[in-house]
Amino acid sequence: MDEILLLDAIERYRNNEMAAEEKAFFENLRKSNAEIDQMVVEQMLFLDQLEHSAIVTSFKQSLSAVEEKLLNDGSIESTEPKPQGKLVYLWNRYRRTIAVAASIAGIVSIFTAGIYSVYENNNSIKNITPLVDYKFKQVDAKLKQFETKLNNAAVNTAVVPPISKPKFEGNFRATGFLIDVNGFIVTNAHVINNAKTLVVENTRGEQFYANAVYVNKTNDLAILKIIDTSFKKFAALPYSIRKGSGELGEQIFTLGYPREEVVYGEGYLSAKSGYSGDTSSYQISISVNPGNSGGPVISKSGEVIGIISSKETNADGVVFAIKSRNIYNAIEEIIHTDTVKLPSTTSLKGMDRVQQVKKMEDCVFMVKGN
Amino acid sequence: MLIIRYQHWTCKRCCGLIIGRSEDLSIFGLLFLSNSIKHSLLNISENELSLLKGLAKNDTQAIETIYRENYAMIQSFILKNSGSSDDARDVFQEAMIVLFEKATSATFELRAQIKTYLYSVCRFIWLKKLQVLNKHVHTSDMLEETLPVEEDVVDHEAKNEEVILMESSLKKIGEPCKSLLTAFYFEKKTMPEIAESFGYTNADNAKTQKYKCLMRLKKIFFAGYKNGD
Repeated sequence: MDEILLLDAIERYRNNEMAAEEKAFFENLRKSNAEIDQMVVEQMLFLDQLEHSAIVTSFKQSLSAVEEKLLNDGSIESTEPKPQGKLVYLWNRYRRTIAVAASIAGIVSIFTAGIYSVYENNNSIKNITPLVDYKFKQVDAKLKQFETKLNNAAVNTAVVPPISKPKFEGNFRATGFLIDVNGFIVTNAHVINNAKTLVVENTRGEQFYANAVYVNKTNDLAILKIIDTSFKKFAALPYSIRKGSGELGEQIFTLGYPREEVVYGEGYLSAKSGYSGDTSSYQISISVNPGNSGGPVISKSGEVIGIISSKETNADGVVFAIKSRNIYNAIEEIIHTDTVKLPSTTSLKGMDRVQQVKKMEDCVFMVKGN
Repeated sequence: MLIIRYQHWTCKRCCGLIIGRSEDLSIFGLLFLSNSIKHSLLNISENELSLLKGLAKNDTQAIETIYRENYAMIQSFILKNSGSSDDARDVFQEAMIVLFEKATSATFELRAQIKTYLYSVCRFIWLKKLQVLNKHVHTSDMLEETLPVEEDVVDHEAKNEEVILMESSLKKIGEPCKSLLTAFYFEKKTMPEIAESFGYTNADNAKTQKYKCLMRLKKIFFAGYKNGD
């Protein structure tokens, strides 16, 4: 009972409800009795904590009530992209692991691809790319056309513009070269594959219609004949066509149209047989691209020794060229209908490469068709 | 860890109202010197001050306004930092309690906008929680200035432990003690009211009973307090 009286006194003292006299008495009691003072301090501290808890608890209740209200009227969204948060978190946490896993996966797939391609070769599945450019940019052609027009306009401002036929634009582009002064051109059979219209274009941009007079899909050789009357007969061709075989390590060069402009490339003869031991062609090492198909492979002394036809898809610089003696075989077959005289002597012997190219670039044509 | 990007200038003459930043010193500095600063010039801050006064009084209208103005930003911060909306609500509630404790404390001074203060507290609480959970801490801040709130939060956490202990102690003492003490200390009912609703013959009887309950509560509370230490 004494304790309860004391607690009551403490509470009244704390709440400042004591009369001055009682308060003085109480304070004296605390000073004189350490035990009571200790109890007062403890009780006051406890009451502070109880009061604070009471305030915070009721504040929490208000908070929850407000939150509930706002959740209900939709001012606070409870539907949030939670999975995304989780995903971001997972990503952040595991991105290093993911990166390592991805690299391993990458290495494994490259390795597997390597094995696969070797396996494929062994099974002699055709793994070569014909070098016709089907995707060549029409824009390129248009640009060049505009350029030519502009140049012509600049030169012929006062002169009547020359009457020219509209420029032909095909859906593929390849290369071909003259084998006869009258306009017989050799190219690949796969180039002209079912083309309705064939047009050849020289380095000056002059175009001539042509017909295919010989197509042999087995050795991938085709011969075109220029039928356009505007074509002027050549006096002589600067190169000759070799009857015999090429030699390993022989230096070679080519001209072709991987772009809308004639491009020079050089390399060497790397094998006397072509893809999978095909003896009708060579393997050469040269940098070529789609559009080079049908281009001449020319020796140092100016003899055509082959026709570029394809390259190995999975290896760089492994190119196949049809041996030039196939041209002779082809001529035999058309000799009844057309008179073709292959050039027998080369005038390029002993010249430096720049001169050789200059002399022969007129004889190398872009082959287009649709 | 926390950087104050701006020095806030507060009016210490009559309240803790924020009146400008270091950049504005040229303007507000003059006002200081001329001793003619009027709060009517600063309607926005006055509004904030009244909100805090409402908060301290546990006014639900003020709480709601603060919620509406600040919750979205906090939720967005928590979500961007591997949290959920439940986490966001918990953290925001806790920050609100910190602000409430601050607003009810005797030494309270408003040094920054409510928004900045809440953001700083939430950020601190959340980053600490992430560290405790040993989660990857990927802070994506919202280009908000942050205040040094560590002291406030640590203070709050100590107090919060006591609050939790008190709540659990209250649960342990059982009825009718729990209801009796809650009615008196939490709901602030008078002794005659309590005597009537609890069926005591008179207020003195109720009072005696209350003190008996209080002694039991104290015993349980301090037992837990010592164990907690």
